[in-house]
Amino acid sequence: MTEFLQLMVAGLALGFTYALVALGFVVIYKATEVINFAQGGLVMIGAYLIYNFDTTWGIPFAPSVVLAMVATAGIALVFERLILRRMIGSPVFAQVMITIGLLFILQNVVTTIWGAENLNLGDPWGISTVNVGDVVIQVKDLWSVGLAIVLLGLFFAFFRFTPLGLAMRATAIDQEAALAQGMSSKRVYMAAWGIAGASAALAGMSIAAGATSLSPEIQFYALLAFPAIILGGIDSPLGAVVGGLVIGVTQSLTAGYQGDIAPWLGSGFQSVMPFVVMVLVLLIRPYGLFGTPEVKRV
Amino acid sequence: MARRSPYLITDYRDDLRLFGTGWKRLGLALMIVAFVAGPLMLDDFWLSVLGLVAVYAIGGIGLNLLTGFAGQVSLGTAFFIGVGAYSAEWFGGEQGWPLLLWLPACALVGAAFGALVGPIALRLSGQYLAIVTLGLLFVGEHFMVEWRSVTGGTRGTSVTAPLSIGPLDFTKLDLFGSRYTREQGLFWLLWAIVAIVALVAKNITRTRSGRALQAIRDRDVAAEIIGVSLSRYKVSVFAISSGIAAVAGGLYGAAILQYVNPSQFGGIGGLVLSITFIAVIIVGGMGTIAGGILGALVVAALPRVTQRFVDYLPFLKRNPSDSGLVEVGQFNLMLFGLLIIVFLLAEPLGLAALWRRVTTYFKAWPFSY
Repeated sequence: MTEFLQLMVAGLALGFTYALVALGFVVIYKATEVINFAQGGLVMIGAYLIYNFDTTWGIPFAPSVVLAMVATAGIALVFERLILRRMIGSPVFAQVMITIGLLFILQNVVTTIWGAENLNLGDPWGISTVNVGDVVIQVKDLWSVGLAIVLLGLFFAFFRFTPLGLAMRATAIDQEAALAQGMSSKRVYMAAWGIAGASAALAGMSIAAGATSLSPEIQFYALLAFPAIILGGIDSPLGAVVGGLVIGVTQSLTAGYQGDIAPWLGSGFQSVMPFVVMVLVLLIRPYGLFGTPEVKRV
Repeated sequence: MARRSPYLITDYRDDLRLFGTGWKRLGLALMIVAFVAGPLMLDDFWLSVLGLVAVYAIGGIGLNLLTGFAGQVSLGTAFFIGVGAYSAEWFGGEQGWPLLLWLPACALVGAAFGALVGPIALRLSGQYLAIVTLGLLFVGEHFMVEWRSVTGGTRGTSVTAPLSIGPLDFTKLDLFGSRYTREQGLFWLLWAIVAIVALVAKNITRTRSGRALQAIRDRDVAAEIIGVSLSRYKVSVFAISSGIAAVAGGLYGAAILQYVNPSQFGGIGGLVLSITFIAVIIVGGMGTIAGGILGALVVAALPRVTQRFVDYLPFLKRNPSDSGLVEVGQFNLMLFGLLIIVFLLAEPLGLAALWRRVTTYFKAWPFSY
């Protein structure tokens, strides 16, 4: 039982980390209907900026995180303004490919500047843990959980109650109609990319802090967040969190039990499991658990 | 009586003609001359670059059928390339089948896997499909690692499939008393296969099936209403495109890499490879057969060329410890990113569209339209 609880806790912590990454995807998708493949690159650059501010420049941790959020949002904004702005109205495929192009550039800029070695993000939690009964919980994981819940609340309030959030939803549904109602698509896109950049830096912190070290590998978390967003439905913040949790717990339980139950699947099956779950869910619900079905016109 | 203009298409037969005009026939003749004479004029470095280009061109043509013509976005190309490479080793290396048997066998295995994935495309579309095919890379890598008896596990396996047809061994060609190097022989072999694949793809696209695919791309619901069977065409285009990718993979393994491991075709390495092929069709031109070849000329050749001339480019370095700003491998990946972005911004239909614009200009000269 303890083992199960421990695995659940680890899975939930992992899931909230995925959810943090996934929220960045959702906000851009909600505004632009484009899956931003560069989100992993933004996560990566956010984490490295925290490292740079904190360890290299000696700024305390909390202000470093805020600075990195601002800087990553700035990078995302510049990209939106200079490149994606010109692509408005072009096929979705082209816009997605542009973000893949950005991903390649970001990845290699980061490894060129900071190298590919493991670095230690100077976070205040380190490897400290708390015990609840027999279950050991990392302090850093508690922070990830808290951050994800706060961020989800903010997102919900933002989309539900603010004019900009409403404009974003309207633009996602029909760009021209929203424009005709006086909603500036340009402002909407900039806001979406800015928010995505800032939350990417937070996600980067939550991945690289604690016992994990900072390396270019952290962008792979963004790839594993794909099953989470797809599972939840790309345009639903709640779906991102639920999807993240499902994927996190699945992965953790697979890591814990698959060796005993189904050893013939081979070692390391936990990194494949999210994709298997994703395909199964998609075949039953093509727009994920909480996604909006696409209306097809002829 | 005035002579009929060769540009005037009056019936279906004219429309189908591959080399209908004098200029096109001249172009064909030039290509044949280049094919025969190329290996005799170029040195081995450029021939090996062109060999790689040929493999990428084959894969690019396959992907263009799927993405450019049928509009199905797939990030799974690398998986099918891998399937081809391992099939080449299994049929050609382990079982010792000759080239004329193992290459079609690669195509069949690839097509079978493609036909398995195809039905997913019936249920999903657009970006959802892209993500699911991304999943294919990770699941595929897992099986490539675990199925050790065929793939050699993480360490990988050498690909020893024979590259010879009857007495003609393309790795050490001996023709009419003169000996040719491996690069020369492989150039002839690979580009002959490019020509065959291009012809097959052209025949698919210029006939009924090609029009059906384009109808699906433009609006699948409308296509279904006018009588295009979505299930039939989506599954078969996945099968054909994957089969072609597997042919490219078999040749990639046997003629270029000669040693393959799962990290090249699955996971992150696979994603990079898949995106390289998408870069090929974006740069070359989506929805054209020539686009696959033109794109491969740029995308496959560029990294090899920067690698070769790294010493002349002061901002590049070969190893992390050398002086210079960027490592050449990283620079090449950045260049990919830039190529994709620049082409999508400036010429979304790629080099093929650029070529068409130039030829139209001269066709209409001295009028501007």
